[in-house]
Amino acid sequence: MSTNAVPVATEQYDYGIVKKFTIMAMVWGVLGMLAGVYIASELAWPFLNFNIAEITFGRLRPVHTTLVIFGFGGSALFATSYYVVQRTCQARLWGGKLLSEFTFWGWQLAIAAGVLFYVSGYTQGREYAEFIWPVDLLITVVWVAYFVIYAMTMVKRSQPHIYVANWFFMAFILATALLHIFNNLQVPVAWNSLESYALFGGVQDAMTQWWYGHNAVGFFLTAAFLGMMYYFVPKQAGRPIYSYRLSIVHFWALSFLYMWVGAHHLHWTALPDWVSTLAATFSILLLLPSWGGMINGIMTLSGAWEKLRTDPIMLFLITALAFYGMSTFEGPMLSLKSVNALSHYTDWTVGHAHSGALGWVAMITVGSFYHLIPRLWGTTLYSTKLVFVHFWLATIGIVLYIVALWVAGIGQGLMLRAFDQYGNLAYTFIETVSFMHIPYVVRAIGGMFFLSGMLLMAYNVRMTIAGARRPAAASHDAVAAAAR
Amino acid sequence: MIGDIFAWLGNMENSKPLALILFFSAFVGIILYVYTGKKRKQRLESYRDIPFLDDDDELDPTRQKTQQVNNDESTEEK
Repeated sequence: MSTNAVPVATEQYDYGIVKKFTIMAMVWGVLGMLAGVYIASELAWPFLNFNIAEITFGRLRPVHTTLVIFGFGGSALFATSYYVVQRTCQARLWGGKLLSEFTFWGWQLAIAAGVLFYVSGYTQGREYAEFIWPVDLLITVVWVAYFVIYAMTMVKRSQPHIYVANWFFMAFILATALLHIFNNLQVPVAWNSLESYALFGGVQDAMTQWWYGHNAVGFFLTAAFLGMMYYFVPKQAGRPIYSYRLSIVHFWALSFLYMWVGAHHLHWTALPDWVSTLAATFSILLLLPSWGGMINGIMTLSGAWEKLRTDPIMLFLITALAFYGMSTFEGPMLSLKSVNALSHYTDWTVGHAHSGALGWVAMITVGSFYHLIPRLWGTTLYSTKLVFVHFWLATIGIVLYIVALWVAGIGQGLMLRAFDQYGNLAYTFIETVSFMHIPYVVRAIGGMFFLSGMLLMAYNVRMTIAGARRPAAASHDAVAAAAR
Repeated sequence: MIGDIFAWLGNMENSKPLALILFFSAFVGIILYVYTGKKRKQRLESYRDIPFLDDDDELDPTRQKTQQVNNDESTEEK
């Protein structure tokens, strides 16, 4: 073996900023899922609107999506990316405390402001990009700072190779910048007005919106969480990733293919047919890198499957990968024009989105946090049993949610397309609404299961941190007593 | 001249096969690069261990320590 071993001094890492983002991810996660359960309940029991404009479905829905995607998911990505880049590059975060703190406070301010504006009725009306233009500007500045910190930390790395998790995080940061800027090109009504008009109009505007929308799924909710997966699955399993070469192919194929698929949200519209076909074709191709990545993650546990019996954190991580595989099979299937003719504008799409959001995004985050939090605070988890309970609450919740919306969505699609012998619609709209009542109740219950798990996690995390502080406080008291 | 090139590229019947050739070549190139060469295989797979290089100080980020990192791209099989 001819090696050229060089000594690398591990620097002291900046864990303070990682801790802050981790805690805020938990806070936004609980609040966002609470909002989700409430609006799901409003659909099942409409009296919950109470005729109060601020808490109606239309205003609370963007509160829910913003809090879970950007508040919970975004803060979790800041936390884990700052942690992973430091540990795999063996370098402290670039830019000092001030710059990283700016990304923290700027991001939290944007989330809080967005939510307050939504309930007050101010929105851009663009799905997953409802932030009004002043908040968009704040996010742009924060994101540039994030990019500079991340890129410069990699530049000053002690480790010669950039580990693949950082490739995924970097693709996420760059693509999100591109998407955010172009989808939010707005003309304010006046410089002192919170209202604005989109720069594009008609089908171009729709295309821009869904180019953004699906790439937000591809780069924010997939690539970035794959970065998380490529670090935390091997760490928790105690064995390296199954194939590093497969991870390289996974990265390039996924990054290339995702950019083309947004138009599958606009089948059977004014969009040119060839654009629609192109998007469907690339969506089918995406199955290959997605499943390659899933297999790479799951096979990391090859030879150590018994961990799934004893380690609930591993259960979260591997189940997340299973859901990733399931939703990346369902997605290409829904992108087929013939399937989409049935599924579009129904709750099947909402169920599919949640199998990815809860099954993949939330579960990989939860598993990673259970690994990360004890290490950040230099302690052990307060209760492993509670992690097991959390896992089952989450899994049961997701299954109830997805199955309920399969029934609601497919049933709704079939009813909307049914004709009688004379060519008239077989069902009235209100009959489809009535049909969906029971699945909506089951969906709300599924959400309650998932939220209960998150509350349990918040308690477990709170006690873990409190347990870590107690010995430190005790030793401080002992030193003070000795000094007296 | 440049105008002609843009006009040629602007025709979908030209740009579609060109894009296909470029993207497919890039894909085949990446696959060949990643899956050929015994030494390259060993080097790429050695990067799997990067997350484990600073395991010992996990619970104490303030501790300074020195590690050995494989920095040779022509590493033989371990």
